[in-house]
Amino acid sequence: MENPILKVSNLTVAFGKEIVIDNLDFEIQKGDVLAVIGPNGAGKTTLFKALLGMIPYRGTVAWAAGVRIGYVPQRMEIETDVPLTVYEFLALRQSAGFSREKAEEAVASVLLPKEILNSGLGSVSVGQRQRILIAWALLGKPSVLLFDEPTADIDIRGQESIYQLLHHLQDKYNFTVILISHDLNIVYKYAEQVLCLNRQKICFGPPAEVLSPEQMQHLYGGEHAFYHHLGQHGHQH
Amino acid sequence: MGVSIAVAASLLGVFAILKRMSLVGDALSHVALPGIALALFFKINPFVGALAILLLAVIGIWFLEYRSQLSVDTIVGVFFTASLALGALFIPEFELLEALFGDISQVSNFDVILSVIFSLFLIIVLIAVHKKLALHMVSQEMAYSAGVRPKTLEFIYLMLFALGVALGIRFVGALLMGALIIIPAAAAKNVAKSLQGFMVLSSLFGAVSAVSGIYLAQIFHSAPGPIFILAGSVIFIISLGWRILVKR
Repeated sequence: MENPILKVSNLTVAFGKEIVIDNLDFEIQKGDVLAVIGPNGAGKTTLFKALLGMIPYRGTVAWAAGVRIGYVPQRMEIETDVPLTVYEFLALRQSAGFSREKAEEAVASVLLPKEILNSGLGSVSVGQRQRILIAWALLGKPSVLLFDEPTADIDIRGQESIYQLLHHLQDKYNFTVILISHDLNIVYKYAEQVLCLNRQKICFGPPAEVLSPEQMQHLYGGEHAFYHHLGQHGHQH
Repeated sequence: MGVSIAVAASLLGVFAILKRMSLVGDALSHVALPGIALALFFKINPFVGALAILLLAVIGIWFLEYRSQLSVDTIVGVFFTASLALGALFIPEFELLEALFGDISQVSNFDVILSVIFSLFLIIVLIAVHKKLALHMVSQEMAYSAGVRPKTLEFIYLMLFALGVALGIRFVGALLMGALIIIPAAAAKNVAKSLQGFMVLSSLFGAVSAVSGIYLAQIFHSAPGPIFILAGSVIFIISLGWRILVKR
């Protein structure tokens, strides 16, 4: 049995007294597509930050040797009038050896026309910007891709095309993909494994097993109320 | 000399605006005042005094930023606005006006050479790290995933910022220093469509304002600092017009 490409054990992340991720264990194999689902505030983006090593945590996050991680964030903190062209944005990544050809290849790989290189990053559509973020991550030649809500703010047709793009890239490069998504429909179609996260691991397994009404109630309804002690004043936890 | 300082400052301004640190230059320049006071008291070069205390202040900010959850803005605002009063109390009166508003005509040749060298140093380093800086400001997480370490970069930036403020105080004084950094960059932002354009235009506007400031000051026998700021503001207003009329 191959070593997992990622093994997370007893992961706990706390900000001050607030426990955001509580004792999480899971592992994935190379080439898997894992979807992380859960209500807002359940710790999904925090999980990514821990996987990237950006924030302190307890427990272990063990990536296989030689793994290169590409990260595609949910939204960039960018005003729409910041002067930065798409080409310049892609060029920010490489210090040497970046050329117009490489930039054209990069946008072509996410099915965008090369003319977009001259547009301002703030003036392209949300869907286009999402693809550009993907192109940016791909420039690092990653073996693992972390997508945080890749289809937030995009309309239905745009969402489908983003996921088709991911599927196409996945087929071509056999990435290991971890994606955070609220879109259960898309999760069902494209993910091989699903991690239900609401501070703790609520479920883990293939979508068909995991996306049942009982599990969803548990993930989105039950546990959440439990943590907030609604109507349970005076009880010791 | 004024030109090189102005160019250095305007380049800094590009990143200050990107990072929403627009008011930091202002507050930070107030910190310099006690430094100048101490320098004058001990009869050392005021530039050195200003630089020393600015470097200390900047290290303090950098340290606090990672300890507390406060933003640089808040820390600087809270801790350092009182410095202006402190400095003003201790600087002898005849030096005070110069410290507050700057006066290039009083500098020695040695100072000029030193300032130009420092400005060039600042410009070179800023250009060298500008890609990492821009990336860091666009998205900390993406920058991190590409190997940019936030703490180190912030430190370098803040150090450069301190140097820029120390240099600029000579030219425009502690009160107007913030404007030296921000105004050319703000004007450039209205016009530029690319990062390269942003940086070039910011430096250009800074240089033009500096030259007009010095030239007009000689004609009217006044301090160049305030004139520079006004020239910069005129450029900004023009750029605003450009943005409204053309950029849409």
